[in-house]
Amino acid sequence: MKQPMTSLQRVFSALSLQEPDRVPLFLLLTMHGARELGMSIQEYFSKAENVVEGQLRLRAKYHSDCIYTFFYASLEAEAWGTETIFFDDGPPNAGMPMITDVASIERLERPRVGETACLQKVLEATRSLKARIGDEAPLLGVVMSPFSLPVMQMGFERYMDLIHEEPDVLERLLGLNEEFCVEWANAQLAAGATALCYYDPVSSPTILPPELYRRFGLPLARRTIARFNGPSAIHLASGRCLPIVEDVASTNTLAIGVSAEEDLKTIKGACAGKLAVVGNLNAIEMRRWTPMQAEAEVKRAIAAAGPGGGFILSDNHGEIPWQVPDEVLLAISEAVRTWGNYPISLKVPSDAD
Amino acid sequence: MLAGSMMNQVGEGRIVRFETALLAMDTAGIKLMLTEFSGLSLSLAEALIVPALERIGRGWEEGRYALSQVYMSGRQCEALMNSIQPDIAVEQVSGPRMAIAALEDYHLLGMRLVSSVLRASGFPLLDYGRMDVDSLADRVADAGVDILLISVLMLRSALRVRDLRRKLGASGHRVALAVGGAPFRLDKELWREVGADGTSDTAAGAVALVKRLAEEREN
Repeated sequence: MKQPMTSLQRVFSALSLQEPDRVPLFLLLTMHGARELGMSIQEYFSKAENVVEGQLRLRAKYHSDCIYTFFYASLEAEAWGTETIFFDDGPPNAGMPMITDVASIERLERPRVGETACLQKVLEATRSLKARIGDEAPLLGVVMSPFSLPVMQMGFERYMDLIHEEPDVLERLLGLNEEFCVEWANAQLAAGATALCYYDPVSSPTILPPELYRRFGLPLARRTIARFNGPSAIHLASGRCLPIVEDVASTNTLAIGVSAEEDLKTIKGACAGKLAVVGNLNAIEMRRWTPMQAEAEVKRAIAAAGPGGGFILSDNHGEIPWQVPDEVLLAISEAVRTWGNYPISLKVPSDAD
Repeated sequence: MLAGSMMNQVGEGRIVRFETALLAMDTAGIKLMLTEFSGLSLSLAEALIVPALERIGRGWEEGRYALSQVYMSGRQCEALMNSIQPDIAVEQVSGPRMAIAALEDYHLLGMRLVSSVLRASGFPLLDYGRMDVDSLADRVADAGVDILLISVLMLRSALRVRDLRRKLGASGHRVALAVGGAPFRLDKELWREVGADGTSDTAAGAVALVKRLAEEREN
């Protein structure tokens, strides 16, 4: 049994590819804070103070090893002028894309973080959470990668057409997004975020062939991440990563998020000595797990990727769905504290088990 | 039914070459291959285009290809089919009436993919775009749709299929629901739970699915 660590020490140890006292848990809850406070999701995200209180209550309840300062995925698109649509039982969604014709990209100007109310709200929450949590636990901020943001800015199909047919206009849009991403990332770090999650689903081989990623997404990630004033992890948000693990490592990011559709042990092997591994509980199935299933899934993941360290237990997507019940979340939390202590003695169950 | 001569004319080798040309977005190569046949027709589509799209869809399911390749291939094939029968989407004389919609999501890619593949495979269908549950149920009943294809990205939207099924049932309109999208791929039980009649992990798989639902409707 190792000396107990704080969440911050535990996470840094894992990100340094070491074995901490136990496997860290990133229970990436956003909307559940609204449930804790008994308010609608829209009301919850309307004020920084709600998110601060929600995150603190969630940490007290589930003992996650990070505070998640992420509000919702459409926030950055909102900063660029896309409407955010709120629901009572799911994450806010980006409305109609703001770029309706490719020609308008020539005239497009990026938003400034200091002048954008929705971003300022996140920074206010980050500062307040940092003041409350200190060095006890890391604050995990989020940026959309400049390469993936266009899906919300202009819609997937138009973006795919742009990538394949108009590389000059694409470069102009990615350049604007890069400058925005760097400013937004560094503002969060300055406000107290410990590290940033660089969400980049379009770079996943699930979405784009590796050769196109290497032509556009990878050089952009290398440039952008090099300009962050703090550490980062790359998350492909449910997309597969195995064919591009070496590329992701070359961005100097510290960790990678793993899809539920990939074998965690294989990914851990591919990342050995290069990247910490974050994942890969199936957040969609989680909704109908029993507490016993939740424990079994946690054990499976820890057995696959825990030994040797460099592993953070989390979901596959980066956001736990609203429908996942408390009892499952509590079971996950308890299971990691029961089975995740180093040295790990669990074995990966075989199909016969 | 596919004419045997067309089957023989195409062959596995040509399908693989066509698949390769689609993935490479080799427009000239695609056109050249089609000139090897006596002319564009729906049976050529069934013999060449559909199997190639199915192979690409399988490749995506197995992690060999990317979604962008499925999309670009479908788009190229849809353009080809439009050149064969530009009015195919509206001129339906027989068979089940089909429609497609994205349920409460603004992410329309999945719907476009399935729509492209079905049109490229010679299936006419009404394109409803993004719809909410109430409007979609009313529209489906008014139009007398027999098979409704629903695409979603978010879990919340997938769960709304249950409400759609309930509303359609209350209206007394009998319609088969075919669902698809990331939540259904990640949770293999979800389509049953929400009361759908079938699902497909890939756009190309939607062809077999609607054929099955059409047969079940006739029986």
